[in-house]
Amino acid sequence: MIPASFDYVAPQSLTDALAALAEHGDDAKVLAGGQSLLPILRMRLNAPSVVIDLGKVTELQGISDEGDHLVIGAMTTYAAVLASEAVSTHAALLSKAVATVADPQIRHRGTVGGALVHADPAGDVGAPVLALDAELVIAGQGGATRTVPAADFFEDLFTTAVGEDELLTQIRIPKHTGWGAHYEKFVRVSHQWSIVAVAATVRAEGGSIAEARVGLTNMGSTPLRATAVEQALVGQSATEEAVRQACARAADGTNPPSDLNGDADYRRHLASVLTRRAVLAAAGA
Amino acid sequence: MTVTENQAPAQPEVGRARRRKEDQRLITGRTRWTDNLQVPGMLHLAMVRSPFAHARITAIDVEAARKARNVVAVITGQDVKDEQGSLPNAWPITPEQVTPAHPPVAVDEVHFAGEIVAVVVARSAAEARDAAELVDVDYEELPAVLDLKEAAQDTVLAHPDLGTNKSALWVFDSKEAGTGGDVEDAIRQARDGGVLIEREFRQQRLIPAFMEPRSVLVDPTGEQITMWTATQIPHILRFLLAAVLGVPESKVRVIAPDVGGGFGGKLQTTPEEFIAMVLARRLGKPIKYTETRSESLLSAHHGRDQWQKLTLAATKDGTVTGFKVELLANLGAYVALVGGGVPVLGAFMFNAIYKFPAYHFACQTVLTNTTWTDAYRGAGRPEATFGIERMMDELAAELDMDPLEVREKNWIKHEEFPFTTVAGMEYDSGNYEAATARAKELFDYDALRREQAERRERQDPVQLGIGVSTFTEMCGLAPSRVLGSLDYGAGGWEHASVRMLPTGKVEVVTGTSPHGQGHETAWSQIVADRLGVPFEDVEVLHGDTAISHKGLDTYGSRSLVVGGEAVVRAADKVIEKAKPVAAHLLEASVDDLEFSAGRFGVKGTDKGLTIQEIALASFAAHNLPDGIEPGLDSDATFDPVNFSFPHGTHLCAMEVDTETGETRMRTYVCVDDVGVIVNPLIVEGQVHGGLVQGIAQALWEGATYDDQGTLVTGSFVDYTLPTAADTISFVTENTTSPATTNSLGTKGVGEAGTIASTPCVVNAIVDALRPLGIHDVEMPCTPERVWRAIQNASAGSVDETQRDTAPHFDPDQPNQDTPDPEGGAR
Repeated sequence: MIPASFDYVAPQSLTDALAALAEHGDDAKVLAGGQSLLPILRMRLNAPSVVIDLGKVTELQGISDEGDHLVIGAMTTYAAVLASEAVSTHAALLSKAVATVADPQIRHRGTVGGALVHADPAGDVGAPVLALDAELVIAGQGGATRTVPAADFFEDLFTTAVGEDELLTQIRIPKHTGWGAHYEKFVRVSHQWSIVAVAATVRAEGGSIAEARVGLTNMGSTPLRATAVEQALVGQSATEEAVRQACARAADGTNPPSDLNGDADYRRHLASVLTRRAVLAAAGA
Repeated sequence: MTVTENQAPAQPEVGRARRRKEDQRLITGRTRWTDNLQVPGMLHLAMVRSPFAHARITAIDVEAARKARNVVAVITGQDVKDEQGSLPNAWPITPEQVTPAHPPVAVDEVHFAGEIVAVVVARSAAEARDAAELVDVDYEELPAVLDLKEAAQDTVLAHPDLGTNKSALWVFDSKEAGTGGDVEDAIRQARDGGVLIEREFRQQRLIPAFMEPRSVLVDPTGEQITMWTATQIPHILRFLLAAVLGVPESKVRVIAPDVGGGFGGKLQTTPEEFIAMVLARRLGKPIKYTETRSESLLSAHHGRDQWQKLTLAATKDGTVTGFKVELLANLGAYVALVGGGVPVLGAFMFNAIYKFPAYHFACQTVLTNTTWTDAYRGAGRPEATFGIERMMDELAAELDMDPLEVREKNWIKHEEFPFTTVAGMEYDSGNYEAATARAKELFDYDALRREQAERRERQDPVQLGIGVSTFTEMCGLAPSRVLGSLDYGAGGWEHASVRMLPTGKVEVVTGTSPHGQGHETAWSQIVADRLGVPFEDVEVLHGDTAISHKGLDTYGSRSLVVGGEAVVRAADKVIEKAKPVAAHLLEASVDDLEFSAGRFGVKGTDKGLTIQEIALASFAAHNLPDGIEPGLDSDATFDPVNFSFPHGTHLCAMEVDTETGETRMRTYVCVDDVGVIVNPLIVEGQVHGGLVQGIAQALWEGATYDDQGTLVTGSFVDYTLPTAADTISFVTENTTSPATTNSLGTKGVGEAGTIASTPCVVNAIVDALRPLGIHDVEMPCTPERVWRAIQNASAGSVDETQRDTAPHFDPDQPNQDTPDPEGGAR
């Protein structure tokens, strides 16, 4: 497992990183933890001539509280997110999802931003970021930055709104303080990519559901939002029967893949079962 | 201060749960695996492999690769066709077996995706890999035959020049052999008033995913050509390198340094080993090759892959009257080292622990354009145990009997040992009642059955299934005469030497070749007891043909029962050799000496000498009796008179989520009888690892090809190996029926867990779903397969539960074309 040879650049700042990206353009790949990129290189599925490692860009790491938002640097590792009390308090859904990512070794290397830009539909951070209505901050050349809502961020399989000369810098998550959350992940073996997973977070008021957000993992070429389910849940009591009905059509409008772990119809079935379970768990039922 | 002198004799080493002495170096990474070895001037190989399952090589352009930086040579099959030989099959199962030539580098045609077509030699592994990308191969694609049943029809040929895909038909019939009655009679009678169970089961293809990928280093610069290789079989490999390549055997030294697991996957002579040998000799330089994990999954031999068509005849009280087994076994593209012998090893085990009066076994081995197959932990016996244990559950269900009761009705009672089976094996000892009773107790069988009934009653979406599997196996390979009668190419003996060093320390040389089993610890325990020396004073040497010049290596749960016995005998010879020296020095008669706890004492006196003292005296040789050679060492070669027959009862409870098809193991209990245990910790480790491997076949693992013959499960993303996180804590215990065929009373344990656990888990899943009318789920029992079985059952189309597994069959039904005894598919 030896990758094709490449040049390695490790900028120390965002400015230098963007400059390196501008210089090498198409020939470069950004290394943001490497838990997906390195296997791809080693299996020679891709052979960039330059690898730009963001590992030394410390300004992209860390989690801060900005009043009504949490701001997570793109190069923050899964492990750091998992250890953050701010995240578990104000964005519990992300904590729960990140806890299911692969294994401790990978969680200590892989980064949230790296996973979002890689945009594998079976990855576990897309759906919670989408469900939490996060905004993604993207830095471009010449000091330009733009902010993209999660709903517009994921464009297709392995494709996001981040342009070739841009870098994702921050994930801004509106606080969901007091919301219950659950990430229901369906796998055959523990270290596997999600076959299907459902990210649900719920604000309950006196035994019924006041608001709900539901994201689906690996039910299409991008993470998906089950908005019809969210609407159907509003005002429902947090009981098995009521939630079952609201979640029955969780797979509507999805286009899940067929592979060794399941055909599309099985995934659609799973989506409705797992959505119900996720919502009930999030509602504390 | 009061000193209490404890004169109690030292605790015997055999039976102590010692932690393994080899683990410190293995766990801390201080050992040297083959890939860690560096030899000055070493060159590296990279392989160019065929992406096609079946193709003619029309041209290979190596110019660009040859010109790449630091490339020393690029070799194609044409370049080495006269010197590379053909990889050996050591077990032609019939005289008529059709065996394709297997050149290490393909010459004209490739027969599976992953086969080597060119080899790059460069100064670094990275440069070799880069240059391999530059080799341009033109292929003319040929029709590939991938499906086992389709291959048996001979419509598309894996090797067109052979004219058939059918390699060999191997038949055992109890009536012909005189070991039992006519199975067709039993079937006729069962059709007419008895019970006839007909099922077809699939043994999926598995990949032996040892932790250390295979690696080989050949240094041709000495007088002997030295090969270091991650193998289970250094001795067999040395012999076959010499035999195939025409190098004098005395000029070849093979070393298996610490080897990271094998599970049968390193019981092979590989194309890579032969290529490294040929090129090192040709170039006169040391050469190393280490495969990537992807290459390992793609081209190292796979295991299992059978269709089993089974017919079980019984009376209505549950007494089995006959069992007929018709197998199709997938060899892959070539007949590997053991090859067709793997399913044949199952021939003697389909009757398992039972007293069947009539038995018929036929196995058709078939060539396909898939990766070659060979031994994988259990080799033939897991397949057999799966077949019969699934059938016993089906019989119980048909008769509405408890599955343990049906088994007990048919098994050999403990007072009936030794027992000669319908397959002609003589089981020496065992006690199925005792193991089963203990397992039921540990499992709380009755309580779980009650819970199962309650869940059924209230239609709980999570159903509970209870799986039962008993097993025995033939291991301790093997009596040489028996192997000869089966046309196997070697014997089954094992060799050991035990030598006392002048300082009283002991070196034990074993012909077994451990690759994770812990022989260094177990053999030290045996010798420490035998010679009465401290455990710490014993060193076990192995795996280097220059040190261990004689041996038949490690596989088939043979090492302790065959190799351990050789160690015992060599140690006993050392004592016998020391005795006249001791008598001479003590001025006593040999007959007046007694040897105990490492000391020769003169009966009735306090005079004596320790064996260490004798060792020094024998070394100095100043004062030895006439005719006695200096030095205290001895050899023994042990050829077993019989196989080893461990057994056990395994019980497991599986929860099946009927909404998603997900299965979850609740409880797993096994009580295995492996005879006398040398080291309980090692036995427990073997059982735990074996269980996980067997459970993995039931639930998780399966090698899959697409329609083009490309391995889809080509990485651990798709070949879903379990980790500790996927398993539960097992309850393991032992009963002890000492073997009667070796001094220590030991039986093999290396494969036990793997053999019994697979049917146990599948039986549990089927048991959970049986009220829905489901009586099989194809392995691996993925959530999707379980869910579909439930969907189809509730839709009333039980027979479509599995696309290819028809639960009941009729002899005239299509797609049931396993071989008949006349040969040829129906």
